[in-house]
Order: sequence, then C-alpha cells, then structure tokens
Amino acid sequence: MSNYLPSTRDERLDMLHAIGLQSPEDLYAMVPDAVRIHGLNLPEGMSELEVSQRVTALSEKNTVFRSVFRGAGAYRHFIPAIVKTITSKEEFLTAYTPYQAEISQGVLQSIFEYQTQICELTGMDVSNASVYDGATAAAEAVLMNVDGRRKKKVIVSSAAHPDVIAVIRTYCESRGAECVLLPDDAHATDLNALKAALDAQTASVYVQSPNFYGILEDVETIVSLAHEAGAKVALGVNPISLGLLKTPGEYGVDIACGEGQPLGLPMGFGGPYLGFMAASKEMMRKLPGRIVGQTTDAQGRRCFVLTLQAREQHIRREKASSNICSNEALCAMTASVYLAAMGPGGLRKAAMNSASHAHYLAQKLSEIAGFSLVEEKPFFHEFLMHCPIAPEKLNARLAEHGILGGLPVDGAILWCATEMNSKAEIDNLCALTAQIVGEEAGK
Amino acid sequence: MKLLFERSRTGRAMNLLPDCDVPEVSFDESLLRSSAPRLPELSEVDLDRHYTALSKETYGVNSGFYPLGSCTMKYNPRVNEAMASLPGFTELHPLQDPATTQGALELLHTAGKYICEITGMDDMTFQPAAGAHGEYTGLLLIRRYHQLRGDLEKRTKILVPDSAHGTNPASAVMAGFTVVSVPSNAEGGVDLDALRAAAGEDTAGLMLTNPNTLGLFDPNILEITKIVHEAGGLCYYDGANLNAVMGHARPGDMGFDCVHVNLHKTFSTPHGGGGPGSGPVGCKAFLSDYLPSPQVREDNGVYSLYDPSESVGKVRSFQGNFLVVVRAMTYLFSLGGEGLTEASSTAVLNANYMMHRLSKSYEIAYPGICMHEFVMDLKKLKDETGISAMDVAKRLLDFGIHPPTMYFPLIVHEALMLEPTETESRETLDDACDLFLEIAKEARENPEILHSAPNTRTVGRPDEVSAARNPILRYPFE
Repeated sequence: MSNYLPSTRDERLDMLHAIGLQSPEDLYAMVPDAVRIHGLNLPEGMSELEVSQRVTALSEKNTVFRSVFRGAGAYRHFIPAIVKTITSKEEFLTAYTPYQAEISQGVLQSIFEYQTQICELTGMDVSNASVYDGATAAAEAVLMNVDGRRKKKVIVSSAAHPDVIAVIRTYCESRGAECVLLPDDAHATDLNALKAALDAQTASVYVQSPNFYGILEDVETIVSLAHEAGAKVALGVNPISLGLLKTPGEYGVDIACGEGQPLGLPMGFGGPYLGFMAASKEMMRKLPGRIVGQTTDAQGRRCFVLTLQAREQHIRREKASSNICSNEALCAMTASVYLAAMGPGGLRKAAMNSASHAHYLAQKLSEIAGFSLVEEKPFFHEFLMHCPIAPEKLNARLAEHGILGGLPVDGAILWCATEMNSKAEIDNLCALTAQIVGEEAGK
Repeated sequence: MKLLFERSRTGRAMNLLPDCDVPEVSFDESLLRSSAPRLPELSEVDLDRHYTALSKETYGVNSGFYPLGSCTMKYNPRVNEAMASLPGFTELHPLQDPATTQGALELLHTAGKYICEITGMDDMTFQPAAGAHGEYTGLLLIRRYHQLRGDLEKRTKILVPDSAHGTNPASAVMAGFTVVSVPSNAEGGVDLDALRAAAGEDTAGLMLTNPNTLGLFDPNILEITKIVHEAGGLCYYDGANLNAVMGHARPGDMGFDCVHVNLHKTFSTPHGGGGPGSGPVGCKAFLSDYLPSPQVREDNGVYSLYDPSESVGKVRSFQGNFLVVVRAMTYLFSLGGEGLTEASSTAVLNANYMMHRLSKSYEIAYPGICMHEFVMDLKKLKDETGISAMDVAKRLLDFGIHPPTMYFPLIVHEALMLEPTETESRETLDDACDLFLEIAKEARENPEILHSAPNTRTVGRPDEVSAARNPILRYPFE
C-alpha cells in the first residue's frame, strides 16, 4: 500500500494526543453509529511496481492502430514534443484555478494568450477560458441567447455531430428551451427547412461546418437567414480548418465554438478534450465560464485577473449564466502551446496537408469499383463514401494490417485524413482496400 | 512578463511538418480566410523559455502548502501521470470497436465498482467532466425520476442549504428547477424545522454536502434524508467533501440516492490550473436506467457499451475525461480499501491539529471536532485591528503559502477556510501554523504590512474593478 502519507503512525498518534484525543475513532464522534462503517470492501493497496504492471496490462489489452483514417469528432494530428514538455511542468499541472492572482500570473497570462489565439483563429472578439468539450460548448452557445420568455426556441442542424446534437438536446430540455432538429438535405443543412423553422421565438441556430460528414456548409446563407429572423448563429468549427478556411467572424456569426482536441491533445479514448467558445463583443457578458482580463496593480504593472465574474456561479449562484466552475484549463494551455509552436505557417500547413491528403484519398478510393463520394460537395478533411461491401467487414480486414478504417455511417463509410497520413500510407490503404473488396466480392 | 505575441518575430518558425507529398487541394476563394491568424512566430527556445518564465509565476501543490478549503489540494502522485501517458490509452480513438478497447472499458468498469463501494451506490457514469457537470447530471436523474412518474410539473423545487457551494443552485437552475434556500442552525447543520417547513409536494430533491462547507458532519443526516424522502423528493450528495469520510461513512448509507465525486479532489488527479477534472455520478439501482448513454457493462469478462433504457441523454461527447479516470484508478489501486480509509482519517486529523493550534489566536467559526476542513471567522480581528480575511490571505503569499479559501461559505462573513489534506507532514502543518500565528501578531503590532501585502511578489493586488469595467480580454496587436 502506498497512500502518500508523509506522517508516520507514531507521529499521528502524537498529534491526536496533542489535541486531546485518544484514538482516531474520536475524530468521527459526530458520525451517527447507524451510518458509521469501519473500512471498505476493496482489495488491498499495491506498491508502485505492482500498480504500474496492473495498469499497463490494461492498456495493452487495447489495440493501438498504426494508421488512423477515422475522425468523426476525434482527430489524430501531429503533436510537437514541446507541447507535452511544457504542459507537464509541475506548476501548471498541480495549480488550482487562479483565484489568487498574485501567485497565479503564469496561468492567468497563459489563459489570456489562449483567449487571444482563439479570437485570432475564429475572427471573433472575445473568448472564454474554455468549457468541457465541443459538445458542451455548442450547448452553452445555443443557450446564451435563450431568455426563457420570448426567445426559447433553438434550431439545430442534423448534419452536426450526433454527440453534439445529443448534448444540445439534453441541455435544452432541462432548461425548458424547445430544440428543433432540421432535416438534412443531401448531408448538409436544409436551407428551406431552416427558412420555414425560423420565427420570432427562435433564439439561436446551431450549424457545424465542416459538418459531421466533412462538408462545408453554406454558412453565408444560413447567417443571413437567421439574422433576418432576429436569431443568433452559433457555428461549430474545426480549429485546424481555420488555418485555411474562412473564419466564423468573417461569416458574421455571433458565437463560434468547437472541439479543441485537434490542437495538440491526444485522442485519449475521448478525453480530456477542450471546448472553445468565442463571441462577438455584443454577446460578451452572456459567455459562460472563466474569462481572464488585463489590468494593472497599484504600482501600474501589467497583470491579469479572472474578470467579469458577475456572470459566474460563485457570485451569482442561481442567477449565473452557467454552473461551470472547473473547466479544461490545462487543455487550453495545450492548445495555446500547440498554436504557438505551429505559428501561422505551421497551422496552415497542418490544414493544407490534412485537406490535401483527404482529397487524394477520396480520389484514390474512387478508382476502386463500388467506391464513390456520396455527395459532390466541398469538404475539408472528411468525406462520406459508398462502400461496395459492409464497412464493418472492410474495417475488420484493415485492422489486421494495423489500420483503423473510416467510421461506418448508415451503410456508407466516413473517412478522414490528416497530415499524419502520408501518401505512402494512403496508397497502402487503397491497395489493401482494393484487394479486400476483390476477395470479399469473390466469396 | 512579455506576452507570446510580444516575443514574436516575423519569419521565425519551428520545422514541424514536411511539405505536402500529394497535390495541394485548391478551395474556391470564397471559402478561404482573407488573412492568416496572428499567431506568434517563435523558435523552440523562445517558446520553451516563455513557459518556464510563466511556470515560475505559478504556484502548484508541488510548490508548497496549499490549504485551499473545499478544493482538496492533495499531492498528485507521479505514477498517475505515467499511467495516463501510456500509448495504450492516449492513442485510442473513442469510436474504435469495443473489441479493440477492452482494457479501457475494463478500467472504466473497475473504477465504477471501486467508487460505488466508497460511496454506497450501485451504478456510475464517467461522462461528466467536472464537479458542477456531475451535479447537473445527478439532477437530471432526479428530474427523469419525477418525469416518468408524471410528477415533474408539480415537483419543481430543489432544496439547497445556505452553506452550499454556488454551483449547487446554479446546477439546479440548469436542470430546470427553482431553488429554495434552507437556513443553517446554530451548530452549522441543516435547520430541521426549516427543512420540514420547506419540504412538500413541490419538492423534487435536496442537494447536500456532508460534511458540509463548514467542515462539519451533520449528525442529523438520517433525519434530513428521511424528511425529504417522506415529502417525495430525492437526495443528492455533493461529493466535494468526500475526502473526509472514505471508509468511515457512505452517502448511500446516509439515505442519498445519487452522488457526484470529484476525481480531481478526492482521487488525487491534478487540477491543471482549473481542469480537466472529472465528476462521475453514482446512483442507487432504481435510477440506473436513467444514466447518460453509453454505459459500460461486463458479461463473462467481455466489456461492451449500451444505452440505458430511459437515459437522460448525453451530457458530454464520448466517455468523458477518460485519461483523468486512468489517473484516479491508478490511485485507487495504490491505496486500496485500507489506504483510502487511512487517507481520510489523516485528512481529518491534520485539519483538527491545525484548528487546535490556530484557535489560540483566531476565532473558529464552529468549534468542536471538525472533519477535513474548518472555517476561521476573522470578524473580531477585523473589528479590533482593521485586518480582514483578505489581508491575512495576501500576507501568506509573502511566505510562499497558498492562502485558504476566502469569504466562503457565505454565512461566515470574514471567513478563511482551511483544508490541509492528508498528504502534508507534521512539520509543514507546524510551520504553517507558526506563520498564521505570527500574522495574527502582526495584525496587532504592524497592521500596515498586512494592508500592503503581498510585498514580495512580482505583482501586487490587481485592480479588479477596472478589469471588469473596461475589459481587455485579448492582446490588441497595436
């Protein structure tokens, strides 16, 4: 057993006596006998060596794929060595939320830098310090404009990520907001249905671009339709794509949000991830979560503090804009270090190489009989394809070669490529796929 | 300290990615951004030194004593980090076939079993990403319970003691309830008469921390949960203070129907300057079908995912903050049942030891035996010397100790709330007590030094008013 207690049993006994108690039992005198227990029915503790072996054995029961062609909300990108080096620094790792500004300038400044980078990336005015993940970011974003009186309807594109839709629905239902799911039109947001659904009660519209199927939505039309009807637009974006593609700010959306995992975080079986949120200045005081601001101390020195706290739960209690307290600060720092390491050129390259690999993959796969794009629409680094055999079957065979194939979606297959998938890797995937399809067809 | 953007020099870059080895795709001009984001342009050495400088202006548990009440700033074992960095966990795609993630699912399932035993619950979800998120999820279970009984329209109120964390009322509102605040009695516990008066046909449930935010175990706990149950409500346990009672008392035995725990408090995962945390929610069997989807189950040694039949839906994508759960599981394996029990009793001992020593110069808000934390009331000191809880907290910064939680709970006006945790040695506690006593002396003999504190940091007290009045929330690039 290693319980990380520095004090010995003798020292503890001394301390007990020093405060006038006889046995550790006396510490729990206030606990009624009816609920008092004496220990837990759990295995004995272990040495560090045994624990390492036990947990490592669990990790080895999982399959790590050498080559990953699956995205759908979690992406394998290159993570520069400097990222983990910096975010493992013990001060960053073991600090609490920076309430005491005088000994937290490092964390506060890093959040301020993160906020600036998110604003630059999205073209928006204001960013918060992060929320839990892309899905909760979307849910918080659509609720920012729901007022519980006149504006209580939220319109969500069904071409968004299914988990994002599910979380938005959960949040809306409990808040008493009506959540209308738009049908999709050829795997993109149905603009006619949107037009019909918009009314004076509509608080916000949520659209994701690139959407779940990788397709770039007609954001310009969506924004103008929504704004005409007096609704706000929350746009879900892939942050890597913004190294290249038009920003939410340029489209004139009110809130940009998304999953920050591609910015230096490992796939990690789903988390921890990073929800980023940025808004127009007008929406600033409705943003949930922590926000860091610049100020000065009594001697005029520049410093940073948590600010606009009148929005938050520890001040406003039941009137807060959200209940969020702990967020994903270290993940936000990870994204910030990643973006600083990449710089504008590196980020553009990550975006360009991802998109180019995906387009090359789409073209190569299309050369195999039975594979074709489900939609001929502009896409970023994911695309949906018809598959001549059951996608699950194809994936099972690819797995034998250490390849994680695309995600099966309604009989089709959703592929993804990033800068990690080299031409050689793509060529290999396509050769194997052609061979597998041939063999399976011959059976 | 310079900002990243002030260190940037045009043309500097790290060589991280190769040139594209396939033809570059060309997007329609209308789809492209008009100018590149103004990200900093830096060499690796610039970047590395920048963050080393920032780390020196950051105080973590590894920097020193961190008695921040209600936050359980215990030591974060290194082996936890090593395990969470294993490629067999970090390189898993969340949508891999469960046949290829058996180890990860087994880990989630095992962590669930351990924490159910610790809390006295039957089932557990790891989807909530933090404590407040767990509160919200727990309240959704309560909401679902009333909804399926056709009772939701009339059961709209959540009872919350006035000593509760601010997240409790905020979570209740997010879950669609209104909040009824229940006053505390003279002993710092729930006022039973007030609770009886508040509980009724409109009660959906109660949210309670026990021990509460004053560091007191409520001896009437069984009566409290009984009153709520008899009114038809359910009882939610906020596990923020679970570190006091592991192996000594369980919320499930106290009459609670669902709980959340903070892996980043009780189970030693690091706080990361404000997350990532993890706030798993446990429940009694009668609420299991309402848990968020998907859940992990085991049949004959094979683990799979399933959607509970009456699920409240999803509260986060995928399986939650999985790598945080890996850290917590490592800790649970390390300590085992006996180690957890001893960790709690030592946390309680350390708090009582400090309270005992500090009571010589500071007024204790609720004297007696405390649990893992205690609250000092500096009102008298302030009346006599003009020195506030804030002044004492800021003076501690000069000596390299993280201050206690200030001005919380709200029912104590000049509150300083201390939680030493079990991972501090007697010397550390003694040194900190000496310092607190010295500061109390300074308050009487040299109050000026406290008003101006901190005097040794690179910045002094920041002007928070102008920060909020004229918000500067990003670098202006001018």
